[in-house]
Amino acid sequence: MSNLRELYQQVILDHNRSPRNYRCMCDADRTSEGHNPLCGDHLSLYVKLDGSTIADIAFQGEGCAISKASASLMTDAVKGQTLECAQSLFGRFRDLVTSDVSTEPAVDGIGKLAVFVGVREFPVRIKCATLAWHTLKAALENSKLPVTTE
Amino acid sequence: MSPTAHALAERLSCPLVERAGPFDPHRVRRDFPVLDQSVRGKPLVYLDNAATTQKPRDVLDVLEVFYEAANANVHRGVHHLSQVATDSYEGARNKVRRFLNAAHDREIIFTSGTTDGINLVAQTFGRKSVEAGDEILITQMEHHSNIVPWQMLCEERGAKLRVIPMDANGELQIDRLESLMNERTKLVSVVHVSNVLGTLNPVASIAETARERGIPVLLDGAQAVPHFKVDVQALGCDFYAFSGHKLYGPTGIGVLYGRSELLDSMPPYRGGGGMIQKVSLEKTTYADPPARFEAGTPHIAGCIGLGAAIDYLNRIDLEAAAAYENELFAYATDALSEISGLRIIGTAQDRVSVISFVLKGVHPHDVGTIVDQHGVAVRAGHHCAQPVMRHFNIPATTRAATAFYNTREDIDTLVRALHAAKEIFR
Repeated sequence: MSNLRELYQQVILDHNRSPRNYRCMCDADRTSEGHNPLCGDHLSLYVKLDGSTIADIAFQGEGCAISKASASLMTDAVKGQTLECAQSLFGRFRDLVTSDVSTEPAVDGIGKLAVFVGVREFPVRIKCATLAWHTLKAALENSKLPVTTE
Repeated sequence: MSPTAHALAERLSCPLVERAGPFDPHRVRRDFPVLDQSVRGKPLVYLDNAATTQKPRDVLDVLEVFYEAANANVHRGVHHLSQVATDSYEGARNKVRRFLNAAHDREIIFTSGTTDGINLVAQTFGRKSVEAGDEILITQMEHHSNIVPWQMLCEERGAKLRVIPMDANGELQIDRLESLMNERTKLVSVVHVSNVLGTLNPVASIAETARERGIPVLLDGAQAVPHFKVDVQALGCDFYAFSGHKLYGPTGIGVLYGRSELLDSMPPYRGGGGMIQKVSLEKTTYADPPARFEAGTPHIAGCIGLGAAIDYLNRIDLEAAAAYENELFAYATDALSEISGLRIIGTAQDRVSVISFVLKGVHPHDVGTIVDQHGVAVRAGHHCAQPVMRHFNIPATTRAATAFYNTREDIDTLVRALHAAKEIFR
């Protein structure tokens, strides 16, 4: 069961229980909806921009521990970052959770997001971990279409 | 020497041997090769039977023998193999007819599954009978497959979809039934057993109420036929759809029963080979049912495999299996109810073999992942019944669905795994 412990690390359980930046933002510059039809997860993401910087970010929604904690940790990670930086972080995060389990995980420069390394062992949960990021990408690209991971 | 086509005929005509003694799940399990394996280093506990059931050795053998020794296309073939294939194919139809106690073989149409059967009714009976302003009556606990085909038809025809609501226990509010039917109601389509709640609906009484008003009734029997004996004439329904793969048979095969008076009046669904009487470039006349609704080469192996699954059920005695399943269901309900923080979704008086639940503080998807590490296969999600989730105001459930090859030990393993999930999320 050690891989279960690795998947459900304390940081993830904590962010699942008490998600950060979990609120509606009425004056958001950008909003986006994300859905995972497989399990019924959905989240609404709100972004406030200051030029090319993410000045504030919040989310609300329903989902499993992995998707909720991922959204929570993502909002912490990208707040105050430039759009370019957020995009790059998404790339590194996705590379981490989709990397082969036999390789050394590349966790440099992603800070707390490294707690999601355990997702590698559970391929069906990759969509849960990346839903918030796909939704962020859509918000930043100002896409009006809801995001789905299916 | 390779087996000959006779091997299939012999395999299919082997006499039914009644098993001696009471129903024994441990003995029955041995008939299902897939159950004898480890998952994540633990013995497999398969509780995803509402999604699909496992296949007994008899079914697997028949599929192999068909392709190995008797493969040919059915109907019109004058050669030996085609005759064997045709006899086996039509033999399977006869087995289904007896299984459902339909009056005639021609009332049994082979489809690709329940969804296909419901779409067939919507696209044939529906397009012929439903006009602007007409109504179709369904229930609030339908699988998407008994919602979407009717929404598509209603949109096309300008008709209206009406819904029999359910109460907080997951029982239909039958007292609303009569007020929801009127002279514009063209069809009542109801799930026999809910795939989320396990609710066994009073379909015979619904059919009687509809019949008094001359309204045809379709029953979605996908979750019913695997668990108890269904008699379409006793139920008084006009259509009955089910899937082979949920009845211990192959995937890709299903059945639509239709009362012959209705089938005879229905236009074809798909055009092609096998469903015609006569074709010229100017005009085509259609074959009688069931061929009218079976265009193209059918899933011959699937039909024969489904027939073998029915033979198997007759042999183990479906009634004895059903009695055992009810006992196991009561055991599972009690065992799960004892877990603090666990809430069973759907507490109708009459339920069958499906238990949906939510565990406080643990999302169903996380429950699914954790119990899988204990070798336990359950389903997590909305189970293609989002209106049911909305009714109970939950995003998803975990669903454990038993079959007659499940044991009390399987339930005990599930309970231990759920305690482990609670421990992680403590």
